[in-house]
Order: sequence, then C-alpha cells, then structure tokens
Amino acid sequence: MARRVGIEVSVAIAEAAKLANVDVIAAYPITPQTHIVEHLARLVADGELDAQYIPVESEHSAMSACLGASAAGARAFTATAGQGLELMHEVLYVASSMQLPLVMTVANRALSAPLSVWGDHSDAMAVRDTGWIQIFTENGQEVVDNVLCAFRIAEDHRVLLPVMIHLDGFHLTHMIEPVLLPEQSEVDQFIPPYRYPLPLDPDKPVTMGAFAPPIIYPEAKKAQQVHITRAKEVVLECWREFGDIFGRYYSPVENYHSEEAKVLLLTMGSFSETARATIDKMREEGKDVGLISLRLWRPFPFEEIRQAVKNAEVLIVLDRALSFGGPAGPVCSEVRSALYNEEEKPKVISFVGGLGGRDISVAGFEEVINRGIEISQTGSEQEFEMFGVRE
Amino acid sequence: MRQLVKSESELTWKDLEIGSIVGEPGSASQYQTGAWRSQRPTYDFTKCIKCGICYIFCPEGCIGQNTEGYFEADLFYCKGCGICARECWTQVITMIEEEE
Repeated sequence: MARRVGIEVSVAIAEAAKLANVDVIAAYPITPQTHIVEHLARLVADGELDAQYIPVESEHSAMSACLGASAAGARAFTATAGQGLELMHEVLYVASSMQLPLVMTVANRALSAPLSVWGDHSDAMAVRDTGWIQIFTENGQEVVDNVLCAFRIAEDHRVLLPVMIHLDGFHLTHMIEPVLLPEQSEVDQFIPPYRYPLPLDPDKPVTMGAFAPPIIYPEAKKAQQVHITRAKEVVLECWREFGDIFGRYYSPVENYHSEEAKVLLLTMGSFSETARATIDKMREEGKDVGLISLRLWRPFPFEEIRQAVKNAEVLIVLDRALSFGGPAGPVCSEVRSALYNEEEKPKVISFVGGLGGRDISVAGFEEVINRGIEISQTGSEQEFEMFGVRE
Repeated sequence: MRQLVKSESELTWKDLEIGSIVGEPGSASQYQTGAWRSQRPTYDFTKCIKCGICYIFCPEGCIGQNTEGYFEADLFYCKGCGICARECWTQVITMIEEEE
C-alpha cells in the first residue's frame, strides 16, 4: 500500500529518487531546486540511501559526473534549474548523443538578466533541441510518478535516452502537498535493475564519445533522431503500465472538456491547474471552452495534438517563455507547425505570460481566453501578445 | 592493421551501435592522419645520434626506430607539423613540401 503523506514537493522528489534506488547523485545547489539535492544528501549521509553523492563545483561538472557514472553502469540522478541548466548545456547534448539514460528534475526558472529566481519555462525551451526526453508536470503527485516512470523509460533498451522531468520552480518545488509514495517493493517491480548494454568495462573495452568525421556524423545524428522519435511508444507504454499498477494514468496531451469545445486553451506545467478552474467557471456560465495541457514536450506528440484540437475553431496557446524576435512563444510555434498542413485546423493565437514567476490567476486566464477570442475575430497588429504586462 | 567489417563510407545509421559506441579497441589506428600533411620530414641519418628527442616531442606519437635503430616517422600518421625537425639537435630532419 502506498503511503499518503503531506510533503514538500522537492522532498518528495528526493524520496522518489530513493525509491528508484539511484546509485550516483552528482549535484550543485541552485534555487529553486536546492531542496531536492539537499534532501538526497541527507538521505545518503544518514545511511538511508546507499549511493555515491558527489558534491561537484558546478552544474557542468554535475552533468559530466552523471554521464560518467551512467556509462559505468550506475543509475544516476541530478536536479537543476535556470542558470544551472544553461551551464550544463553542452554536456546535455553529450548525454543524449551517447545515449546515457540519466534522469534529471528541472525546477523551471527564468533566465538572467535581470536576475530572477522565480519560475517560467525559458530554461526548458533553451534545451529543447538537446535530444533529451522532456516531460512537464502539474503537481507533486505527477512529479513523483513521472520521476519513477523516467527511470524506466530512460533505461528501456529500446530508448536509452536521458529524461528531464520539468516542474515549475516555487509554484511546485516549494509547495507542501498530499502525495502518495508507493512501497519500495512496488517500485522495485516497476523499475527493473539498470543494465547498460555496453558499459565501460576494462575486460570488454569500448570507446564512447569518439570523434566522427563528416563521413559518419550525419548517420550518427539520424540514428539519434530515429531513437527519440520511436521513444514515444515506450513512453506511452510506460504510462499505461504505471496506470494499471498505481491507478494514475498520464497522456502526452491531457484533455479537459476539450473534446467538443470550440475554444481551447493550451498550457503547460502547474499553470494548467489554475486554468482548469477558469474552464470550470466559464463553462458554468455557458461558454464553450476547454483546456489541453501539453505534458510530453520531446518527443513532440504530433498526432495527439492534431487529435486534441480537431474540433476546435480557436486555439489559444499560453507560453511561459519568449523567443525574442520570433513568431510566437516556442510552444505555439511548434503547435502551429504541427497543424499547418492540416486541412481543417483552428486559428492559433499566441500569448506569452507568467514570466519570471508572475502569477496568472483564474481571472487572468479568463482575460487571456476572451482576448484570444477577440483576436481570432478581429486580428492583432502583433504576431503574439504578452499578457499582463503594464503598458 | 585490423579492418572494420564495413568501411566508414559503407556504414548506414542502422549499423551504428547505441550512442555511436565503438566496440572495437584501437580502431582509431585505421585513421590515416597522414592525409592532412602538407609537408613531410626527410632524413640525413649520417647525422643521427639516435638520441630519440624527436620521438619524445612528436605530438602524434608516430615516430619509432627503424631496422637500423634510427628514429623515423610513420607517414601513415605523420601530420607534417615539423616539431621533430625543429627539436633535432643535429639537424637530421628537413621538412619538404609534399608536392616536391
């Protein structure tokens, strides 16, 4: 039986990593992620978790140490946020290209300057093309569940790719929520032991991360592209089996009254929970609105998105990151691309909001939806609008 | 020198190991870095004292002793940097342009 506990989400993540029986944690503290690795340090120091804890001098080293550990056949975990994720950037590509199945939680945080420790999705979008599987979560339970799923997905021999679990900095990391923590025996059954097929082993030497001249580099990249695209099937399979065992099911695109609604709002992460309250309120008032929440960001769920919006006339996408000088928020750009060649598609309206920890309330989402409907009828002078910015 | 089962120009993306891991130790020895060379070392072994300083300084590690004990670069790997010629005490080595 799972234990239902009131727990800070960051601490729950550390407990999930413990349940996953990680072997190596290499981490550098950064707000708002610090409590995750702080609690893991305590678990290791107290002898509750038998793992190597490597307190490194930077996030660049944290990622490097994790990929070395993973290559040697250890189950490795780390966590970071904002600037820390940016400092890891080049090593992120190495981890995915070498197909090392690390798991990392990212407490999404805005990027400097000006300095902000608060949440948005700028950091997640900046690492969009690094070849990691990226999953967004909305509450503490979803983070715990998806951290457990992440190890199983990453280490599946059909995948062997690193996985990032995204949660909103402060809005989730520092919340105390009721969370169901599964039993150790249940997790042991759900996540098989880590067996890397070709680990670093003096008795069977291999070369990892070798150099590739132009005659072979594109083949290496094509293999990587095929791998991450095919990984979606394993993600879906994992979520199905997780649901069958633990009773909580996840999908690449979560639908909320979206099936028949003519106007849809699309959000990601914890803001989706607030947006649900807005949808409830507006539907009570007889308005034909629904919500879709994008959970699987990479590999991008093209079919599921097309399916989710096929009956809608207006799709309003709220991004929590800017693509400076670009056509829309990064999520909206992707969604538009996915729909561009469809015969029947909704008008896609882009908003960027909630930057640097700025809240969007239930009333705020109502404003977003109403303004989106207005733009769909009258058009806008701008490619996209920034919501809630004082003029 | 051992050969890969397929040459690089024949390998498709499906032939690659996960993460482009190379399972065969020492396969980099098949890479002809000598093709990068624009100059090559030539030798006047009558001046050679067999001190081996060229062997120590060679960044490619491609210098070894020939059957007579003189130090000489393996042109399959030698990139033609000329460090050996500069370091040689007795000026055994002269770099000449490849087209000469």
